[in-house]
Amino acid sequence: MIDQDVLERVLGAAMRTGGEFAEVFAEDKRNSSAVLDDGRVEELTSGRDRGAGIRVVVGDTTGFAHTADLTEAGLLAAAEAAAAAARGGGGGANVVALNQQSASRGYEILMQPGDVPKARKVELLTRANDIARSSGNAISQVSVVYSDGRRRILVANSDGLLVEDDTTRTFFAVSCVATGDTGMQTGRQSIGHTVGFELFDMYDVDQLARDAAERAIVKLAARPAPSGQMPVVIGSGGGGVLFHEACGHGLEADLVSKGASVFGGRVGQQVASRGVTVVDDGTMAREWGNLAIDDEGAPAQRNVLIEDGVLTDYMWDQLRARKEGRSSSGNGRRQSYQHLPMVRMTNTYLLAGEEDPESIIASTPKGVYVKHLGGGQVNTATGDFVFGMTEAYLIEDGEITEPLREGNLIGNGPEVLQRIDALGNDFAMGPPGTCGKDGQGVPVGDGVPTLRVSSLTIGGTAA
Amino acid sequence: MSDELLGIADRVVAMTKPGEQLEAVVVRGTDTEIRVYGGEVESLSSAQSQGIGIRVIVDGRQGFAYAGSLDESVLAETLAEARDNAGFASFDQFAGLATPDGVAVPVLDLYRDELESFAPADKVAMAAEIERVVLSADPRISGIESAEYADSLSQAAIATSTGIRTVGRETSCYVATYAMASEGDDTQTGFGFSVGRQPSDLDPARAANQAAERATRMLGAVQPSSGRFTVVFDPWVTAQFLGILGQTFDGDAVLKGRSLFAERLGESVASTIVTLVDDPTDVRSVTATDADGEGLAARRNVLIENGVVKQFIHNAYTARRAGTVSTGNAVRGFKSTPSVGCMSVSLVPGVTDPAALIAGISDGVLVQEVSGLHSGVNPVSGDFSTGAEGLRIRNGQLAEPLREFTIASTLQKMLLDVQAIGNDLEFLPMNASGVSLVVSDLTISGS
Repeated sequence: MIDQDVLERVLGAAMRTGGEFAEVFAEDKRNSSAVLDDGRVEELTSGRDRGAGIRVVVGDTTGFAHTADLTEAGLLAAAEAAAAAARGGGGGANVVALNQQSASRGYEILMQPGDVPKARKVELLTRANDIARSSGNAISQVSVVYSDGRRRILVANSDGLLVEDDTTRTFFAVSCVATGDTGMQTGRQSIGHTVGFELFDMYDVDQLARDAAERAIVKLAARPAPSGQMPVVIGSGGGGVLFHEACGHGLEADLVSKGASVFGGRVGQQVASRGVTVVDDGTMAREWGNLAIDDEGAPAQRNVLIEDGVLTDYMWDQLRARKEGRSSSGNGRRQSYQHLPMVRMTNTYLLAGEEDPESIIASTPKGVYVKHLGGGQVNTATGDFVFGMTEAYLIEDGEITEPLREGNLIGNGPEVLQRIDALGNDFAMGPPGTCGKDGQGVPVGDGVPTLRVSSLTIGGTAA
Repeated sequence: MSDELLGIADRVVAMTKPGEQLEAVVVRGTDTEIRVYGGEVESLSSAQSQGIGIRVIVDGRQGFAYAGSLDESVLAETLAEARDNAGFASFDQFAGLATPDGVAVPVLDLYRDELESFAPADKVAMAAEIERVVLSADPRISGIESAEYADSLSQAAIATSTGIRTVGRETSCYVATYAMASEGDDTQTGFGFSVGRQPSDLDPARAANQAAERATRMLGAVQPSSGRFTVVFDPWVTAQFLGILGQTFDGDAVLKGRSLFAERLGESVASTIVTLVDDPTDVRSVTATDADGEGLAARRNVLIENGVVKQFIHNAYTARRAGTVSTGNAVRGFKSTPSVGCMSVSLVPGVTDPAALIAGISDGVLVQEVSGLHSGVNPVSGDFSTGAEGLRIRNGQLAEPLREFTIASTLQKMLLDVQAIGNDLEFLPMNASGVSLVVSDLTISGS
């Protein structure tokens, strides 16, 4: 993307005002998407974003500038702006020698979406639309989205690192509206992986469309969710966002270092029930949060955050790791070259236990079974978090009975982790997610086995 | 500078082929963001960005492409890509760009030179002040999660082969902070901010004190027991609720059967004191704009008047399909085609101040923060359930702080249950303004 000698000169210029660390992050991203709504292929969109972000660190201060101009002159101007923002006491020339390293994700992209005719993508949309509409008379509206993105990045820094990566992601989602005597309800299903067009060899689009339609139709008969506290069983693959919110964000080192996490100072302590092991793993092949390197050039890693209930480590980016004299855990990510990196999750999941999932439900006299969770939100300083249920049912006398309308559940991270009292043997990853933090969105994955939390507050309206 | 952008848009439009409609949207922005922590600059980002979006409609089929660059070579490639994409869309008899509608683009004072000349050191000082005031506001303040200053100068030009040629530019800035308060093992947080078009509009001390007060008054918060209560939304919470309510007036959702008010035009859907207006021409709003995303004049639209649905909002496409005219509500960035959305929605305020609203409630809850709106509110079904924190109201007085509870109802029922609207209209860093709002019979779920 940029010649090595140019990068060396730009980094030298960035360090000239006394910087302790400088970095060039260059990105060349191509996106394409196609949307079908209301029975019509509304449009195809293609996009291209290309540029570089340069940061210079002096003490606790980071200066940052970005540019869409990847010529040497453009990069030097950005380097000077970043250096001016983080001016140190020192000065003089600084020579940076880069050492090219290779990044590997251990598998190949089989079918680059850019090489696939657009007509084939459109065919997927119309097929999913037809199947969803024929899934029931109650289906009154369907929208289908296809998107793919190819992102090439280059990271070069004053420690001599030079590394490049090339990532391809493909996504597909079907959303349905069902209309009945009770009003309208919605159902959505999505798939997304760090793969090319072979995504559609991994999944059956027809089934996806039928499932989305079915989810909307089932909810027409849904009754208001209960209010108050009761046991909650989360379905396999449907609810990793619970851990993303309950403990994931609270284990990000940038928040911990500011005293803004309830998990601060608790490494080595029992923070969850025995048997609970939570992992963040950027190396998981083909998953939505998969990385070869993070956006600071560090190789992706499998990091055990909680092992058998004991907090083992936080997640780290380079800035925070440098201060602590340790290495990054491969969790420094950014939305684009226009953003500074920070500590972010990749694929966050809870390892399976040994129980039969059916027996977990059978041993729950009264509660809520959440088959699919929606998004969530957490206040890491207090630990209070919410997450939505997009498909949920009542459990009565150990059996799944009536469907429930949508709503949020609320809990406190450290308390909920201690209340996990059953773990199934049926681990699965969930649908692709986008995690938002400080206005930046990055792709993340999550996964859980069937599990039970002995008590959570359900945000419904029924007594 | 805007002339340069219009020049680029004109050059692209000049490439229109016979039988084709072509639109170019060109934007450029300069953004600065400064974060301060521990009296030091934690980060200072400053950069210019630009981009172009090109929409082509040929034989009733639409295609689109964008690029984050204004290089000449990129323009041609983007146009070619948009043309190619058009070939794959379905035929739509209503497809088409906006055409001049005779409504004059209002002249609004949205750009302030003062921001251009505001020195970086002064920006840092403002962020540092907000941190300093938070930390000294109360002995129970234990720190900050963030203290920041941000500003933006942006300009845009839109030109089409159908005769639209519009330019606009605007400035905005804000300071914001998250404060933390601690007592024993208990930590609570509070948010404060101040927004404006130029630095002299900002009040960092007020933002800091607001954050400190909101954090400290939550110390010792307990989970309430479940029940049905009259709830007061503070302006910040009301604005988030209005942002979602506005989606139900989207003409696209109405046409496609995704609006719960689709069949309710002219009917009463809310308490008679509810008048909901989308007014991007009110320059006090940070999201005020002179023109919409298709270059048509922005205008004041009344969505609900005294409880009755008055109209839906449209862009050029949804208006043509609905047999009406655009309400100037095309919203977009350069990376997308125009959708339909509210630009600056607010309730017409009442006459009662918030303290008097609270004084009139014998048993209720003041909600100061909600969470999980994206996962707990469904604008299609109207189901509404969010996490919340706030203070109990007992005998007209604010009482103990409450946390870890949810509030739930439906959008339909909440509108009918509006009991009072405060006089404290507040402009916020979002496309909705806030005002204190009293809603009865919400379900609180706690212990």
